[in-house]
Amino acid sequence: MNSVKERLVNGIIKENPTFVLMLGMCPTLAVTTSAVNGLGMGLTTMVVLALSNVFISLLRNIIPDKVRIPAFIVIIASFVTVVELLLQGYIPFLYDALGIYIPLIVVNCIILGRAEAYAYKNPVLPSLFDGIGMGLGFSVALTCIGAVRELLGAGEIFGIHVMPESFVPVSIFIMAPGAFFVLAVLTAIQNKVKINGEKKGRDMSRIQSGCGHDCMNCSDTGCTHRLYDEKADGTDRKSAGLKEEQTKEEKKNG
Amino acid sequence: MSDLMKVSSNPHVRSKTDTGSIMLTVVIALLPAAGFGIYNFGLDALILILVTVASTVLTEFLFEKICKRKVTIGDYSAVVTGLLLAMNLPVSAPWWIGVAGGVFAILVVKMLFGGLGQNFMNPALGGRCFLLISFTSIMTNFDCDAYAGATPLASLKSGEAVNILDMVIGRTAGTIGETSMIAIVIGACILILMGIIDLRIPGSYIVSFVLFISIFGGHGLDWAYISAHLAGGGLMLGAFFMATDYVTRPITKNGQYLFGILLGILTGIFRIFGPSSEGVSYAIIIGNLLVPLIEKITLPTAFGKGGARA
Repeated sequence: MNSVKERLVNGIIKENPTFVLMLGMCPTLAVTTSAVNGLGMGLTTMVVLALSNVFISLLRNIIPDKVRIPAFIVIIASFVTVVELLLQGYIPFLYDALGIYIPLIVVNCIILGRAEAYAYKNPVLPSLFDGIGMGLGFSVALTCIGAVRELLGAGEIFGIHVMPESFVPVSIFIMAPGAFFVLAVLTAIQNKVKINGEKKGRDMSRIQSGCGHDCMNCSDTGCTHRLYDEKADGTDRKSAGLKEEQTKEEKKNG
Repeated sequence: MSDLMKVSSNPHVRSKTDTGSIMLTVVIALLPAAGFGIYNFGLDALILILVTVASTVLTEFLFEKICKRKVTIGDYSAVVTGLLLAMNLPVSAPWWIGVAGGVFAILVVKMLFGGLGQNFMNPALGGRCFLLISFTSIMTNFDCDAYAGATPLASLKSGEAVNILDMVIGRTAGTIGETSMIAIVIGACILILMGIIDLRIPGSYIVSFVLFISIFGGHGLDWAYISAHLAGGGLMLGAFFMATDYVTRPITKNGQYLFGILLGILTGIFRIFGPSSEGVSYAIIIGNLLVPLIEKITLPTAFGKGGARA
């Protein structure tokens, strides 16, 4: 159960895909014109992410290493098609609002990234919660960005008018440039909080590196908590792959 | 010991000119146009100008205080930004438009990129375009006590006749500082005589613009049409005061000609083929963004490199 909780926290805070990993920028910037759109996009991605993580994790010993990316794409695309048809059938307004960005979830780098970095190497249950955690992190980020943009650009949050009557909407915020402004400011605030924490002497190195205690698949070579010898792991993908194959073979044999 | 005997490393000749003195000259050169704007539109224009200048200076001061940096409001660059921005606002704009534009111009366009010298686009124009996109209806409402109805350029676009003499003197609707061609040219003469700017950018801008509208304007070489385009809108203000901004213009001489020609063509495209009647500010901003590329292709060859190869 501990790993489940750890995966959720990791996805939402430590490795938040939007504010820390800076992944999936295309839907982040394009669809967050309102809080509802952001939440809808986030939850849709979360469903696809969780399901594809589960299936890739289930099939991880069958998928050959050389064709793993096409295999991931096929799995992800299947789920995206299912979700797309469901949205079209049951939540048509969201389907219209998100438009082309629903089919584009197939090539969302968060999903492919988690498949490659986590689900392909880990058992089913942690993979499921990795997907949910990452999806929730993405949803929270997109909803925040959407809410700020909707508040400033239309004076509303979730469609409810909150600003005083005299407020004149700053319509640039619901246009493309506003997405960049809001994302930049929210990321800056997030970084500021982290730096302040460091100054107070708290150990932030793990948060900063987005540490999932998974040094095998971590790209942060400067991490002081590194458990592996640098030559034998992540920095050198070839030997890492070799090592993996060895362990797999051992599994099969044993 | 006489000064002649001193040994020092170069530079040996130093100019007393610094950022502050240049910016102060620009402020003085802007005063005729600002003054005419106040005369033309009344006390509201003065209040808007003061509020905008105060907001730009205060924003720069507060940002540098909060970030514990050297306070640079003494170089008057924030004053120039505020003044230029205010001259780009319609007089009917409420005071908070000036504040919003001033804060955006200084904070986002200038200070976040590293302050004066690091900004990639003209702060005043960045502020103006932010306001134009955000508050389109306020920014394009030129109705005021003195004038009602469309700007001369909008009338020209819809095919109505315009009074060119009024446009040259400045007795028309428009933003505070753009209406009077005479006042702007007086300011421009001050800048040119003081050696602050030269005619490379404004000259190539205006010439290429005239060529463009004579070819594509649909009126051929119609003197009245061309002069109405020159006197109307922000072309003069943009060409002399904003395109020549030291930070956001190309450094190379050929690059400056290229920059001017590019602005002329873009302005022509926006004015003739665009949905809006005016396009100077967008043209200059797009030109600003292309400056690094312009400089790259016009970089002069260093002495001893390239040239005629044996």
